[in-house]
Amino acid sequence: MTPPSTWIVRNLWLIPVLPLIAAGCIALLTQKRRAIAASLAIGSMFVSLLLAMCAFSHVLILRAHGAPDLQVFNFHWLQFGTQWLSLGWMLDPLTALMLLMVTFVGLLIFIFSVGYMSHDENFTRFFCFLALFAGAMLGVIIANNLLLLFMCWEVVGLTSYLLIGFWFTNPKAAAAAKKAFIVTRIGDLGFLLGMVWLYAQSGTLLFYDNGRGALEPTSIATTLAHHTIFGLTAATVISLLIFCGAAGKSGQVPLHVWLPDAMEGPTPVSALIHAATMVAAGVFLVARMYPLMSAQISSLATPSLALEVVTWIGAITALFGAFIAVAQFDIKRILAYSTISQLGYMMMGLGAGGVAVGMFHLLTHAFFKALLFLGAGSVIHGCSGEQDIRFMGGLRKRMPVTFATYTAGMLALCGFPLLFSGFWSKDEILFSAHSWSVSHVPFYFGAFAALLTAFYMMRQMFYVFAGSHRAAPHSHEAHEEDASSPSLHHPPASPHESPWVMLVPLVLLAAFAMLLGFLGTPAWPWLQSFLDSEPTTFSFAGFSTPGLMAVMLSSSAIVIAGLTLGWWIYGRKTIGDATTSDPLDHAQPSIFSTLAHAFYVDALYDTTFVRAANVFAEISAWFDRWVWNGIVQAVSYLVIGFGYFDSFLDTYLVNTAFDEGCKGVSRSARILARLQSGRVQLYLRAIAVACIALIVLLLWRAVR
Amino acid sequence: MTPLTNYLLLSAFLFCIGLAGALSRRSAIMVLIGIEIMLNAANLNFIVFWRFGPVPTALTGVMFTIFSIAVAAAEAAVGLSIILAVYRRTRTTDLDSTEATRS
Repeated sequence: MTPPSTWIVRNLWLIPVLPLIAAGCIALLTQKRRAIAASLAIGSMFVSLLLAMCAFSHVLILRAHGAPDLQVFNFHWLQFGTQWLSLGWMLDPLTALMLLMVTFVGLLIFIFSVGYMSHDENFTRFFCFLALFAGAMLGVIIANNLLLLFMCWEVVGLTSYLLIGFWFTNPKAAAAAKKAFIVTRIGDLGFLLGMVWLYAQSGTLLFYDNGRGALEPTSIATTLAHHTIFGLTAATVISLLIFCGAAGKSGQVPLHVWLPDAMEGPTPVSALIHAATMVAAGVFLVARMYPLMSAQISSLATPSLALEVVTWIGAITALFGAFIAVAQFDIKRILAYSTISQLGYMMMGLGAGGVAVGMFHLLTHAFFKALLFLGAGSVIHGCSGEQDIRFMGGLRKRMPVTFATYTAGMLALCGFPLLFSGFWSKDEILFSAHSWSVSHVPFYFGAFAALLTAFYMMRQMFYVFAGSHRAAPHSHEAHEEDASSPSLHHPPASPHESPWVMLVPLVLLAAFAMLLGFLGTPAWPWLQSFLDSEPTTFSFAGFSTPGLMAVMLSSSAIVIAGLTLGWWIYGRKTIGDATTSDPLDHAQPSIFSTLAHAFYVDALYDTTFVRAANVFAEISAWFDRWVWNGIVQAVSYLVIGFGYFDSFLDTYLVNTAFDEGCKGVSRSARILARLQSGRVQLYLRAIAVACIALIVLLLWRAVR
Repeated sequence: MTPLTNYLLLSAFLFCIGLAGALSRRSAIMVLIGIEIMLNAANLNFIVFWRFGPVPTALTGVMFTIFSIAVAAAEAAVGLSIILAVYRRTRTTDLDSTEATRS
């Protein structure tokens, strides 16, 4: 059977390049060209979505034909020495799924942004950055080369920086942007080292290259065979280093600190970058590097050390994020910590279950978290920029569509049984954690985090949507600050529903948040088999896997328990006043305060790393001023001394010698010049004398 | 018949006179005359050696002398024209003051 046309494989580069071109064009527009900017960005994204669909169907067709579903397109980029550095892109089920997810969610969020950013004067700049981000993110997905992936990865980091600091006049936003950039760079340092090491080990950075790629069995066998310190194999160390980059990008403990602060950016950015796609890039990277990560010496049956680390970090992060989210009051910060927690789940799924498990949650999470963030954006938009949930309330009646979609997203996030996508994906993670051979602790972490997730989402729902509206303009410091500016002297408008351009994406996302889970139920594990290249069968026998029902039932019970607990604490009586302290705060002030301060991790970093960095900077400055500068000065004086010495030599030795030589030459020349007096008779006389002398000589010889 | 030696002595005498004149005179014309005298001394030698030579019937000596006189005439013409050119330029024929051959 002939394989289908590979047009889409050869032209896969169009998918990231189109948004990039759009970004370039938008960058050239003036601020007033809003319509052109938005339509360029959305149009390019739409075409990319169509191409992604082409790619996806191409993979499906390949699968139907039974052909190998991994296709690559490599080309030489530049030559150094005798080696060529090759770049390339690849199309496999993972790429196709991610492309579809990113373009689709991205498109919806672009459309949403039209409404959300309508009042911002830097509308065009926003769309330029968004399109740039989309292009870079799609580049990360299609890259068949760790270097290309890294380059796109860094552009993604750059756009994240630009968009968090979009309102850079606000010092908090500027600081958050810097923090995000620096913290992710720390992780990227590990990534870079891992990449270099991988190159040293395998001699290529291409993932797949007809058997020569870095992720193919030959190369992995070499990296496995090479032992480094502590008896670790090179494969393990490289995996861990690359995981550093993934952990930085995906906000895993201990590099999670930037993600909550990143909420200073506009809400669509939080939805697109810091919830749905960019932070998922770390998870995607682990999934992409999975052959390397899971590489284990064949004699050992345990999971590889790298995957163990991934699982543990993921489990810790899941629990950690969920704990902190309980005590936050900023609607976006709650979602941010929730994102951290869910990213932890994904890592745990990758580590314990494999690519399909982690990626399933990544996909469902991308939809429902984008939905939640956009819902939060809609709420914030409706409440005139208010972000503190204590000053909301009663929005159920005023924003019915937002409420309905937000509820869908919230139930999906909690993993409410059967109907919502989060249930299926989270359950699969919990099940794989349950059957993990190394330890059961990650399972308990995950289960407890699930309880907390249901609890804090319920808390948020009651704060935001239930009861009566609590906006108190003059009791809130932000409003007091704003009151000084004349434009805000009018009383805050009562909350209103958002325009349709914001609601349509919400409804679409809500639909997907509910339905997407059915792609991966145990009865019909289409997604899993799609990613693992196995045939799909529909049978309810999937539910009868040992332990699966138990895990499902217990996780359902946990979710319902969490929701009930949330209702019991926050829902029984309405929250009357914004100044009333949180019931949990009332009961356990010290614990609540610890959680509200995110376990003081930021304070810890401030007193340790930041201070250490400052002290080190001081020491460096001192060293620079006194030691290095002294050496430099000494060298300069030495050089000046040499200069003087040279000039002395020049003046008194070289010059004099030369002068004397010249004088000698001219003196002898003068003597010789006297011979040529121009007096003909003198010459004649000389000739005569010479002749006579010659004659005398001849005569004398003849006589003798 | 006058012996060979007398002719040779005469010719040497003439040569010396010419040489002395060429070396000691200041005027270029007189130097030229001295050179002509030395040439004539040489010509005399040619004639004499031919006349006293083994084959006096072959006219080799006369031929040489006639050539030599022709060359000398040409030389004198060139020399005189050079002197004239120098005189035009410097208004003198004094060899000491012209230094014409100095580069």
